[in-house]
Amino acid sequence: MNDSSGILQELSDRFPEAIVSVQRTVDQVPTVWIKKECLRDVLRYLKKETAKPYRILYDLSAIDERVRTHRTDQPVSDFTVFYYLLSLERNEFVRVKVPLKGEHPQVPTIAGIWANANWYEREVWDLFGILFDGHPNLRRILLPPTWEGHPLRKEHPARATEMGPFQLPEDKAVAEEATLRFHPEEWGIQQRSDDVDRMFLNMGPQHPGTHGVFRIVLALDGEEIVDAVLDIGYHHRAAEKMAERQSWHTFIPYTDRVDYLGGVMNNFPYVMAAERLAGIRVPDKAKLIRIMMSEFFRISNHLVFYGTFAQDVGMMSPVFFMFNDRERVFQIVEAICGGRMHPSWFRIGGVAQDLPRGWDKLVREFCDYFPARLDEWDTLVMQNRIFQARTKGVAAYSLDEALEWGITGPGLRACGLDWDFRKKQPYSGYDQLEFDVPTGSNGDCYDRGMIHVEEMRQSIRIIRQCLDNMPDGPYKAEHPLTTPPPKERTMHDIETLIAHFLHVSWGPVLPPDESFVNIEATKGANGYYLISDGNTMSYRTRIRTPSFAHLQMIPQVIRGSTVADLIAFLGSIDFVMSDVDR
Amino acid sequence: MEHIIKPILIIVGVLLVLLTLAAGLIWVERRLLGLWQDRYGPNRVGPLGLMQVLADMIKIFTKEDWIPPFADKWVFVLAPAIIMVAVLLSFAVIPFAPEIFVVNLNVGLLFVLAMSSLSVYSIALAGWSSENKYSLIGGLRAAAQMVSYEVFMGLSLMGVVMLAGSFNLRDIVEAQKDIWFCIPQLPGFLIFFIAGLAETRRIPFDLPEAENELVAGFHTEYSGMKFGMFFVGEYLGIILISALTVVLFFGGWLGPVLPPVLWFFVKTFFFICMFILVRATFPRLRYDQLMAFGWKVMLPVSLLNLVVVGTVILAGGF
Repeated sequence: MNDSSGILQELSDRFPEAIVSVQRTVDQVPTVWIKKECLRDVLRYLKKETAKPYRILYDLSAIDERVRTHRTDQPVSDFTVFYYLLSLERNEFVRVKVPLKGEHPQVPTIAGIWANANWYEREVWDLFGILFDGHPNLRRILLPPTWEGHPLRKEHPARATEMGPFQLPEDKAVAEEATLRFHPEEWGIQQRSDDVDRMFLNMGPQHPGTHGVFRIVLALDGEEIVDAVLDIGYHHRAAEKMAERQSWHTFIPYTDRVDYLGGVMNNFPYVMAAERLAGIRVPDKAKLIRIMMSEFFRISNHLVFYGTFAQDVGMMSPVFFMFNDRERVFQIVEAICGGRMHPSWFRIGGVAQDLPRGWDKLVREFCDYFPARLDEWDTLVMQNRIFQARTKGVAAYSLDEALEWGITGPGLRACGLDWDFRKKQPYSGYDQLEFDVPTGSNGDCYDRGMIHVEEMRQSIRIIRQCLDNMPDGPYKAEHPLTTPPPKERTMHDIETLIAHFLHVSWGPVLPPDESFVNIEATKGANGYYLISDGNTMSYRTRIRTPSFAHLQMIPQVIRGSTVADLIAFLGSIDFVMSDVDR
Repeated sequence: MEHIIKPILIIVGVLLVLLTLAAGLIWVERRLLGLWQDRYGPNRVGPLGLMQVLADMIKIFTKEDWIPPFADKWVFVLAPAIIMVAVLLSFAVIPFAPEIFVVNLNVGLLFVLAMSSLSVYSIALAGWSSENKYSLIGGLRAAAQMVSYEVFMGLSLMGVVMLAGSFNLRDIVEAQKDIWFCIPQLPGFLIFFIAGLAETRRIPFDLPEAENELVAGFHTEYSGMKFGMFFVGEYLGIILISALTVVLFFGGWLGPVLPPVLWFFVKTFFFICMFILVRATFPRLRYDQLMAFGWKVMLPVSLLNLVVVGTVILAGGF
């Protein structure tokens, strides 16, 4: 992140009365507190008027500040809504915060400025009980409509044992089921038009084409989709709430399961954000191991994508071939990490263990084996005429649309923009590695597939460089806040023994601050925003996942297409519901 | 007595062999798919997993015979029976060997085409009577698809009929003594095989089922034996199309050394395997692409084929 004061200076010149204060954070993201009356003007200025605009609403969520103790540089507030904006031209984020007072405060909606604010604001209402004035459809999104309370508020219980036993008597079950009935008028959809009765088709939450517990209600005219209403939240596990009850260290396994195909790739932004809070410098070897394992998981994820994408357009065989090769990836992952899909292997300060003896042979064998297989799959899948007919020109969106909806990852690169955080904002030493960023031009299903395939080739390139250049040295930082803490000297002096004991049993205390780290994950940009209040647990953990943004765009793209195209589109997005619902 | 007993024996024999084959195909298909997809397929029950067929049948016979309360009961029950009956009836005119056939009809080929048209009703009615939106879409797709592909299927066979000068399937086989019709009638064969794929609702034409889109399409609500009948009906359909391909284009029972009936089965089995290979390879077309392909490609080509064959015959080429 380059010159961070530029935009803050610009804002204070332009809106002197709007700025409440400027906050300094350890992650260097320019952070500005804005009065809520001026919020829309400031955001509109940032999106449209400033010289190098912040075109992407990258994230939007809130913080319950009521029991937070360390608040230097910050105005008094009960709740804070924060907005992450990303400028491509500046290659810079800006964090805009709005202080709010009261039990159920109100803040003006920005759904008219960014289309993708719609879902984010609904999420904040759902989880915090903050109202957005003028929001077109402010209703719960992750939790069922019958839920009582707003879980991310501090007074809401975090454990099942605090809530009394769960019971589902017959009448309650019936009532719950009734809330799932779809009422088109609530979504502004006409039942009839031009003397045609529309058919409403409920797809999901149990449906073979929706890749998980995801529900889409389609308004159909014949096979043509007139409109689509998405219903998410069936996979919601309150990962952000759990982060507030887990020590910094013990939350790592939960991150694995956010994008359950991404494995250690999920640990990556989390541990980096924690390291930034703790001020830990990670040794080179750990950095390279992390990159290598993340790229293995990128391949593993993309193989699942490739197979299921082909499956979605009716090809039966590729998924078996892809899973066989994914098994080879998992054998390597297992040899190195011990686990397979969710190894939870990164640690704050490094990785869990050194590479095992003979790892290089395994990795080299795979690097020699895999590219030829990719070529073979090209002839089977990507060059198949029917496959091309089913995917080329299907569910295409333009670059402008992609930016408006906050699309990242392969879905953005398919529109022709070579935006890859590994290149643009290199982390963990990606700038030392050679690889290309594949881009498409049409933004259709075929291009998204093609980019995934090409990324696997690039990942192999990266892994090969890691293999050839793996340095010697420690796999974990020598720092008092690494977890688990270094054990070598514990048996020699009582001070280290006590520190070790406390760090293992309670976990380390990270200094109060805020840090945001963002990476190019398997499905797009994945970011962790950690707020420490000087405790063994995080005060607030915000997980920005790519799939949430990607799903929100579906109705916009798919109107006017057929049911079969919708399935092809879903396959090409590359999402998992755990990554959407968290 | 013999003239009564012999036809009955043949009928019973043909039925038994066909139903056994259709059940056995479940195993064949799963093993072949396994082979082509780098996996095992069923290999646990009995030698080579052959008893899997038996296990599947026990399962399907003992499953609860459930009719959804919202379904149109009588039509719902009738639909799977139609496809079984229609396909089995078609086999009546298939000559398996010079001596092995059920009836020798002069309009044999027309009879087969007529019967295969009837099976559309089965699918459409099943989709309609289930009172399920997915089934309904599947049934509608099936009706449109099968009706259109029937047109090209019939047209593609007219070349063979013109060459053989008969609708009688035995005569058609006899007419291939010198040269199998797959050579002069290559376009006809290709069109027929593609239309056959569409008739049996197999990938790339399995739109009525399309599990990724329609869950299970027209038979979403079916279970137990009624589902089993659709299943067996599909496999019987594969055998029928393969057998017809052999009879019409690959000389039926003709072949050296081996007994005729064995030739017939070897050739038929080859085409059954082709069906399975196609399933392992191709994606599914979209509905509009399927229709466009049919009416814009298949129809002109089959008409052109007719014109060429007619011209050649008129010019005295045959």
